[in-house]
Amino acid sequence: MLRLKRVPTVVSNYQKDESEEVARRGGGCGRNCLNKCCIQGAKLPLYAFKKLNKVVGDKGLPEYENREPPVSFLDSLLLGEWEDRMQRGLFRYDVTACETKVIPGQHGFIAQLNEGRHLKKRPTEFRVDKVLQPFDGNKFNFTKVGQEEVLFQFEASEDGEVQFFPNALVDAENAPSVVAINVSPIEYGHVLLIPRILECLPQRIDRDSFLLALHMAAEAGNPYFRLGYNSLGAFATINHLHFQAYYLSVPFPIEKAPTEKITSSVGGVKISKLLNYPVRGLVFEGGNTLQDLSNTVSDACMCLQDHNVPYNVLIADCGRRIFLFPQCYAEKQALGEVSTELLDTQVNPAVWEISGHMVLKRKKDFEEASEENAWRLLAEVSLSEERFQEVYAFISEAIATHGSLEDSDGKSESLEDVDKINNPPCAMVTGTQECLVLQ
Amino acid sequence: MESQLNFNIENSFNSRYSFCARQVLDELPHSFTITDPSISGHPIVFASKGFLKVFGYSKDEVVGKNGRIFQGPKTDRKSVMEIREAIREERSMQINLLNYRKDGTPFWMLFHLSPVFSKEDGRVIHFVGVQVPISPPRRPRWSASGVVRNGANMCEEGDRVCGNIMFGSCRREVCSDTPVELSRVLALESVLDDSSRGLGIEETCEASNLEKQEAEVAINKIFSVLTCHSELTGRFVCAKRHSLPGAGILSSSLNISLGRIKQSFVLTDPHLPDMPIVYASDAFLRLTGYARDEVLGHNCRFLSGADTDFSTLYQIKESIQTEQACTVRILNYRKDKSSFWNYLHISPVRNASGKVAYFVGVQIEEGCKNQDRNGLCPEMRHRSVVGAVKVAVRSLSIGAGPSRS
Repeated sequence: MLRLKRVPTVVSNYQKDESEEVARRGGGCGRNCLNKCCIQGAKLPLYAFKKLNKVVGDKGLPEYENREPPVSFLDSLLLGEWEDRMQRGLFRYDVTACETKVIPGQHGFIAQLNEGRHLKKRPTEFRVDKVLQPFDGNKFNFTKVGQEEVLFQFEASEDGEVQFFPNALVDAENAPSVVAINVSPIEYGHVLLIPRILECLPQRIDRDSFLLALHMAAEAGNPYFRLGYNSLGAFATINHLHFQAYYLSVPFPIEKAPTEKITSSVGGVKISKLLNYPVRGLVFEGGNTLQDLSNTVSDACMCLQDHNVPYNVLIADCGRRIFLFPQCYAEKQALGEVSTELLDTQVNPAVWEISGHMVLKRKKDFEEASEENAWRLLAEVSLSEERFQEVYAFISEAIATHGSLEDSDGKSESLEDVDKINNPPCAMVTGTQECLVLQ
Repeated sequence: MESQLNFNIENSFNSRYSFCARQVLDELPHSFTITDPSISGHPIVFASKGFLKVFGYSKDEVVGKNGRIFQGPKTDRKSVMEIREAIREERSMQINLLNYRKDGTPFWMLFHLSPVFSKEDGRVIHFVGVQVPISPPRRPRWSASGVVRNGANMCEEGDRVCGNIMFGSCRREVCSDTPVELSRVLALESVLDDSSRGLGIEETCEASNLEKQEAEVAINKIFSVLTCHSELTGRFVCAKRHSLPGAGILSSSLNISLGRIKQSFVLTDPHLPDMPIVYASDAFLRLTGYARDEVLGHNCRFLSGADTDFSTLYQIKESIQTEQACTVRILNYRKDKSSFWNYLHISPVRNASGKVAYFVGVQIEEGCKNQDRNGLCPEMRHRSVVGAVKVAVRSLSIGAGPSRS
């Protein structure tokens, strides 16, 4: 069993050190949380999005209207609610007071000096060799956050039109998904999207949840509002299904990296691999419908988690481009294969770091930040070429199972052509005894 | 509102270049557009005859629109991002891009973007975009790699070879209304038919050296017209930045970002004497009745009048001194002297270094029902503007701003 001690990020003001955390039941816990004790009669704004089953950015869609589109309603709502929480002093620090710069060089890595993010928390032990672990209601999870940390409910509209209710009853029967603040933001507007929060799903991608995240990116309609996902073992610190998102109006190095098309799916999703980037990864774009794109990516993610490969996902360009990185940093770290020099920076290479946005904790590292250093760190995150090919082989098999792939010449690729892998998918984690559940 | 935009668009061109500039530009055979990043939506303010012909639109259908209308589902997203980045960094670039004509047919073109600077204050006035259709390759030139090459190296090559011979051939090929050009367009159509059947159009298409040089030639000619005709208005423009943008001048990318925010707000710069307005939204101008040049560079006190409460002004002053946000209800005056109750929210805005760079003031006219769209309460509307401004200012001050020119 591989374990690591890490200082977990405090995402909620109700997140205590594990030892202080005790299960509470019934009667109202007095902090107005989202659990059964307090949810009765609770009201939160509700944003219902229009379900478009079309390609994002297809010609003729509203976003291709004549002028630069105005700030979308979802954008306004999110920014307004977030600024409101900032003025109410709910965050641990003012992230806009943190210095940020673009590191000189070819790739334009972005560095932020954030000295406040990692204070006041004891290191916690994490199990890093299991991507799927069962939900543990005794550990911190998002039902324990205070309602003031929740910005709004986010769901598909029933009648196909965008709707907004400033004061909607939280209907537990309706499996509400919510958007909450991260009280340790790494940029302005840093939020968490928690699909079907009350169902207490573990950190694990499924088709519906991924489509919800994609809808959020498309609805915000801002290419600089990106969503990210970290699996367990790839620096997720809370085992309760969530995506992260924030605003940063600068292109990420990953978005500028050249790509090479490998194949496309029957649903029209183009799959490419990244070139000239320290982390090997796949890029998914296009697709006849948003659902096609979503299904292809979520099938790939599910395949990775079933094969126990930790991974990170970046949803960029209003949901038009999705980056997927299988990674092995935590495993290397736990096996003692990462140099102390890199470990000393305490940078955890999760989705944002891999995409090229580095949050540094020490002034020294910030001042000395160079493209070389960033590259060196990220190179450690990447799978080897050999392993990457192996992993791609089972991803392409998984995608082909749901809809066949075409090769570059446009011919259909039969399943037999795809390399069979020897190890069958790992069985789902069932028992709890052997698992050290992540907090 | 629409007529104001039309006026801004006309004015964007006419206030810079003498009246016959349009005619001279229209005589150029090339396909190109001129856009203004300081107008909300970064619209096209001029489209050449060659452009309209290639894209199949009428002038009225494109002037006032953003260049994005020519993109479509198969347009490479990374290329779009690279163009956005060049605009942000206020620099030239060349890229192969898949665009769509009015009838929906996609075609490859070489896109060359160049900023036009004001000689006086170093500000970006316009962007010129030249489109050179990439002609059908003799042998299939679709590259399977999907790698889009672009960069300054192409331009260098163009500079060197661009002699008389090239010049001549460019003219021959693109000159409008000649049979040669017509056949070229027809040939273009035939390759479109071919490629839309297969996978071809999706793949990257590389411009030939000839096409790259053609773009260079076009850019040079357009700039010589613009420079020459700006001399006549006394407001000189140039292709290279001659001076760093002066104090109180926002980058064009910040202007573009702020232009997306539709509510009434101003940005003031506390580091300049008397804390003048450095940005005013279109909605602010509509609310107060002033023109943009009547407010830029001035302190907000022109909004106050005889019955404005002194203690409210003091409260604002205090919150600015302590760098705190504040919300007040204040009696303000329009240009026509009529007064209105302004539900005003003021907040400091920090740049990428974490320092307060501006103050944003968001105005909501009390009792004005038509602003109450979307169902957001006034407080939330205040804060959403502040949030959008904070994101724009923070992100767009990262790095050295205009890094290359």
